[in-house]
Amino acid sequence: MALATTPRAGREGRRRRRDDTRLALAFILPASIGLAMFYFWPLLRGIYLSFTSWDLLSPVEFIGLENYREMIADPVFWNAVRVTVLYVIINIGVQTVVALVLAVLMQRLSQSTLLRGLVLTPYLVSNVVAALVFLWILDFQLGIGNQVLAWIGLDRIGFFTSEAWAIPTIALVNVWRHMGYTALLIFAGLQTIPPTMYEAGRIDGASETRMFFGITVPLLRPILGLVLIVSVIGSFQVFDTVAVTTGGGPVDASRVLQVYIYDKAFGQFDFGYASALSVALLIILMVVTFLQYRITRAGQTDLN
Amino acid sequence: MTDIATTELESVSPRTAERTPAPRRRRRPTVGKVVAWAVMIVLLLITLFPFYWMLRTALSSNGALYSNATSLLPVDFSWGGFERVFGLQTTEEAIAQGGSGASIDFWLYLRNSVIVATGVTACQVFFSAMAAYAFSRLRWKGRNAVFSVFLLSLMVPAIFTLLPNFVMIRDLGLIDTLLGIMLPGLFMTPFAIFFLRQFFMNVPLEVEEAALIDGASKVRVFFALIIPMSVGPIATISILTYIGSWNDYFWPLMVSYTDESRVLTVALGNFKSQTPQTGPDWAGLMAATLVAALPMIALFLAFAKRIVNSIGFSGIK
Repeated sequence: MALATTPRAGREGRRRRRDDTRLALAFILPASIGLAMFYFWPLLRGIYLSFTSWDLLSPVEFIGLENYREMIADPVFWNAVRVTVLYVIINIGVQTVVALVLAVLMQRLSQSTLLRGLVLTPYLVSNVVAALVFLWILDFQLGIGNQVLAWIGLDRIGFFTSEAWAIPTIALVNVWRHMGYTALLIFAGLQTIPPTMYEAGRIDGASETRMFFGITVPLLRPILGLVLIVSVIGSFQVFDTVAVTTGGGPVDASRVLQVYIYDKAFGQFDFGYASALSVALLIILMVVTFLQYRITRAGQTDLN
Repeated sequence: MTDIATTELESVSPRTAERTPAPRRRRRPTVGKVVAWAVMIVLLLITLFPFYWMLRTALSSNGALYSNATSLLPVDFSWGGFERVFGLQTTEEAIAQGGSGASIDFWLYLRNSVIVATGVTACQVFFSAMAAYAFSRLRWKGRNAVFSVFLLSLMVPAIFTLLPNFVMIRDLGLIDTLLGIMLPGLFMTPFAIFFLRQFFMNVPLEVEEAALIDGASKVRVFFALIIPMSVGPIATISILTYIGSWNDYFWPLMVSYTDESRVLTVALGNFKSQTPQTGPDWAGLMAATLVAALPMIALFLAFAKRIVNSIGFSGIK
């Protein structure tokens, strides 16, 4: 924390000259404490711990790259990466399409606050609540979802209990929770497109579909890029829903990275290895964000 | 099923629904419009149905759910689920109705959640506002340099700091305390600082100049001018912080070990794992999820317009 030092005494009377250094330092003091204690220090400590072996009780033992060697050779780790990526692809793919449709519908049909409020309701409940409700709706025997399947004449599906379905189901539960919120972000982007463009399109006799691909999509691209980056970062950190519904099962089928980290840290008290896994997730996030930024050119926005 | 959605839509008072009359020619509904509305209604149904199902299940008798799982209305109406949640039933009664009989003290969890969310919101927003004021309206050396250091913290994913923060809270001896749960969020979030800074910068300079000429100090300006003039944005960030803090699960899960510091989200997870594996107490579970969700829904109803209109701003800028 490189902070400017307070001016020496004897510089009173300069208040007229508008130098507020001392006051400013007082004003940013609490925030600086938070920044140092809960952002930068943990970042450094987390990286340091990944080079150690530590079970919270015995002294910390520095072991160099041992955790990373172990990680590279750990099939559970690679499975966790695979499962997490699968989750992100399904979650983000479906969520983006649904949210985009919803946002465009809101823009073209009705801009009422009521509608936008209704769409946002799932975002108000916690991941835990969303997880429990769908655990019930999709219960193998009694869930209304499976009752409907049986009623149509299809086989019941073990949404949370079969290896094939666990991850897609959890991904869709989280789509339910976030689609309205994402739609509102995209909707805000749509509001920045001048209505005159649509009017011009209408005068030229363009169909809604033509206007969507010719006007909406190209003009929305920078904002869509930003929304995607934020959602992908959030999606990679999935934990709550998995922990409450499947706990990572059946047989590691939904053991996403964050759940594996939690198991290592609080199940086996292997804080060193858990920290190394966290660093791996951090690196994955940085690489993915960088690539997305380059591909979507999200930074090139004229909205400031 | 459709009538649920339509009644939902109609029963909301017109006060909350802001109708902006679009200056468009009324045309006959085209096929496209009908299809579009149909898609919209389906999406709304998907959005709202789980809430209805929570309510319907919570008001059913647990035993009856097993014999009649498809009824759209509560089966064998009963307050039993809620009674089990609030510990109003004896252990025998609860077990007879399919509950676990384990002692759950939802009033305590509710209290803990309120303390944590209120404490975090009040301190975080106030301290962030102070910092935002220093970064937007005070002149000092190194202001931009320090601000970019704060900018850097945005790059640290929250999830990465959880383990080291747990170690920190442990070193401070605050494991299993409400303060331990609150501490990391008590001082600031980079987002809150940036959000408020945007608004503070827009308060006209003339107002401030006038107050300074009258002899007011900068501190006075902050409390008597900037804060009152930014009530809207401060309320918005407070609500978003409150909802986020209320719904947080991973961090409190790490920090609390006993009822003493258990918040609602963590209690819900436990409630689920305690419920009999063979025949879960679905009525009780759904009653519990409703209890956990309702306060936020009520908060949202009170400030719907503000929250809805702020989402775009906060997400894009």
